Amino acid sequence: MDTHLYTYLLHLGDNALILGHRNSEWCGHAPILEQDIALTNISLDLIGQARLFYQYAAESTGATEDRLAYLRDVFEFRNCLLVEQPNGDWAHTILRQFFFSAYQMELYQSLQHHRDEHLQAIAAKSLKEVRYHLRWSGEWVVRLGDGTKESRARMGLALEDLWMYTGEFFKPATYEPALALEEPWRFQVHAVFKEAGLEIPSAPAFQSGGKMGIHSEHLGYVLADLQFLQRAYPGSSW
Amino acid sequence: MDHKHVGSLHAADPAMALENARDVYTRRNEGVSIWVVESKYIHASDPGEADSLFDPASDKIYRHPTFYNLPPEVKNI
Repeated sequence: MDTHLYTYLLHLGDNALILGHRNSEWCGHAPILEQDIALTNISLDLIGQARLFYQYAAESTGATEDRLAYLRDVFEFRNCLLVEQPNGDWAHTILRQFFFSAYQMELYQSLQHHRDEHLQAIAAKSLKEVRYHLRWSGEWVVRLGDGTKESRARMGLALEDLWMYTGEFFKPATYEPALALEEPWRFQVHAVFKEAGLEIPSAPAFQSGGKMGIHSEHLGYVLADLQFLQRAYPGSSW
Repeated sequence: MDHKHVGSLHAADPAMALENARDVYTRRNEGVSIWVVESKYIHASDPGEADSLFDPASDKIYRHPTFYNLPPEVKNI
């Protein structure tokens, strides 16, 4: 496997793992039982996707998926900055999921035609899950944006906080294939925002670095939680 | 398609009810189709009246087709 494809698989896996972990932090805390389950379902979907990417990457090096998830440090992770941002309130969590699912939707559709057949198959399998994530999070964006005065205000704040991280999706790293996803992504976002009474900000979405291993301060805390057990008790299993 | 009552849930609107039902009740492959009905539109029989509503049918076995002996000439039943 060439090193670009290998790093690309880590990037795809890291995006899914870190967002899956973030969503799992809501387990037992979501506003109502039904949404607690909905969000943890999405977590499990994402962590499942991460496993597929890691397993495939690990095959070529003799490493294991666990080693890739549990024994790399912050600067070796290649996820986008958006997915490591804190959960904040419900509006932040929803908007983060919506931005990312809309991106994953376009990305996986396009990866169905990637030259690598294994990657094609992972994308095709995951696409069904993503379609549901997008639908679920999109409906919540509408409910919050077009809901009460408070929900609207919270959605506005989430938009202000998270928009700046969305540009990174579309700045290809050296190991990434150049895919024209920005326009269809904006189209998706616009359609939902229109219904929600929200507007795509005109401010530049300038934050980037995660794809190259330059992360915000949050990722270290995520990994401390995620990796603690394997670091403290190497090789333990259950 | 046979639909069965599997449970109740909270939701703000029909779309959310369908999604919540999917997330809460089909995680282990329990279903391939969902109906949701707002509880205010469900009218149910009174359990206290079960005796008078349902017991009278229990001694009328002749209402079952299996009560009757079919002549051997009758096929495909």
